[in-house]
Amino acid sequence: MYVYADNAATTKMSTVALNAMMPYMTEIYGNPSSLHSVGQEAKEALENARARVAACLGCEPREIIFTSGGSEADNQAIMSAARYGALKGKKHIITTAFEHHAVLHTLNRLEKEGFSVTYLDVKEGHNITAQQVKDAIREDTCLVTTMFANNEIGSILPIAEIGAVCKEADVPFHTDAVQAVGHLHINVKELNIDMLSLSAHKFHGPKGVGVLYARRGFPLTNVIEGGAQERGKRAGTENIAGICGLAAALEDACAHIDENAAKVSALRDKLIAGLSKIPHSALNGDPVNRLPGNVSFCFEGIEGESLLLMLDMNGIAASSGSACTSGSLDPSHVLLAIGRVHDVAHGSLRLSLCEYNTEEEIDHILKVVPEVVSHLRNMSPVWRDLQNGKRQYIL
Amino acid sequence: MALYSKTVMDHFTNPRNVGVIEDASGVGEVGNAKCGDIMKIYLKIENDIIVDVKFETFGCGSAIASSSMATEMIKGKPISEAMKLTNKAVAEALEGLPAHKLHCSVLAEEAIKAALKDYYDRNGIAYDESQFPDCSHCEHCQD
Repeated sequence: MYVYADNAATTKMSTVALNAMMPYMTEIYGNPSSLHSVGQEAKEALENARARVAACLGCEPREIIFTSGGSEADNQAIMSAARYGALKGKKHIITTAFEHHAVLHTLNRLEKEGFSVTYLDVKEGHNITAQQVKDAIREDTCLVTTMFANNEIGSILPIAEIGAVCKEADVPFHTDAVQAVGHLHINVKELNIDMLSLSAHKFHGPKGVGVLYARRGFPLTNVIEGGAQERGKRAGTENIAGICGLAAALEDACAHIDENAAKVSALRDKLIAGLSKIPHSALNGDPVNRLPGNVSFCFEGIEGESLLLMLDMNGIAASSGSACTSGSLDPSHVLLAIGRVHDVAHGSLRLSLCEYNTEEEIDHILKVVPEVVSHLRNMSPVWRDLQNGKRQYIL
Repeated sequence: MALYSKTVMDHFTNPRNVGVIEDASGVGEVGNAKCGDIMKIYLKIENDIIVDVKFETFGCGSAIASSSMATEMIKGKPISEAMKLTNKAVAEALEGLPAHKLHCSVLAEEAIKAALKDYYDRNGIAYDESQFPDCSHCEHCQD
């Protein structure tokens, strides 16, 4: 048995998405900017996909810009709001401490250019409140950018309330909804979202394609200069096959949100209940407002990379926020932001499920993880010290 | 996984010499929770020969494999030979480590030297301080 439980990293493509892509790589390979019929057929597919994506998000087709993925959409949203803000002398941005690096690193760049950034604390409840956003808004705030749901720990942020706060204060609101789109109901108008980023491969679509939704009239700055594609806001010949795959996958996901969420959250809850029995462990993330597929734990006394290697050998694909898996020296900034100290942040495990997972797979995970944790603890000097009382348990 | 060589995976999956020696002649512990790797080495020394060695490691796959390999390389050897063990030799014996994992082999060398230093200290044997690197000098602990 091989259990793929890393769906927050990427998902398996659906047959629906793959079938939607194939004709645009074999028969209808024209450039949508070309005047001939094979080009115009591609153009038709492009605009058809745009309309379907817009319908899924509750916006107008002209508000959809296809990008290379979530990171590009995040970059463009933030840089656009910053450039526009700077014109009006507004150079303050509000975000959270547990954003994706596509957001954080873009903000770091702006800080070097003289912007000031408020990083909202996420220790309380592993989430933020709309009140925190409200309290942070200043005269010179040009953007609020918060993720819709956290990729590592699964917390779903109070987007409707944040949207209302931003609307009232007349501050643009961007949300990195890469982990949420296709899994949660989202209507950008009802939620008062000005800009939203999404990525196809998180809901069984292809990699390398995403969307930036930008409210009509919001002044966008190009990240990629060149031709007049995407109403001049994103140059480069469109990834037609990818875009058609994205639209098909999104429609499919949105049509089955409720049934998928019911199935996946039941598997998630069973997994959380089972793993909670491992002594000196803790669930990361908001226990209530939580993505249907996210299970994130810290296990004291062990290190995440060795855990992942052993799980892989036992047929389970998962991920971790340990330093050794990130290639950097520090464990995940998300785990540190919610208050996990280095000692336990190194021992983290994320299992992210989708509707393809089965009850039998959950049983397999619940059999293997406690055995592997115990095996690694038995060779850990940290665990021995904890058991001897030479070191105090944190979890 | 292609990240690690077959030898690394073998020593990670079936680590040699895991455990503790209750009446150890010398014990060395290096690393810290901040850097994410902690290695502890226990030595049993008789007539200047390392007759037994055990280890405990909190760390990634390459840290566990490095500890396992390093203990195998000094078991049954005279102290003088163990003192010559280098991180390079450990990494080579493992058929290489990814560049960002080389510090794991450094920790293994330092853990063994820390245990030997403890043995010298316990027995009042004089030694040259410069032979014993301090793991806190590693860039991984510097902010």
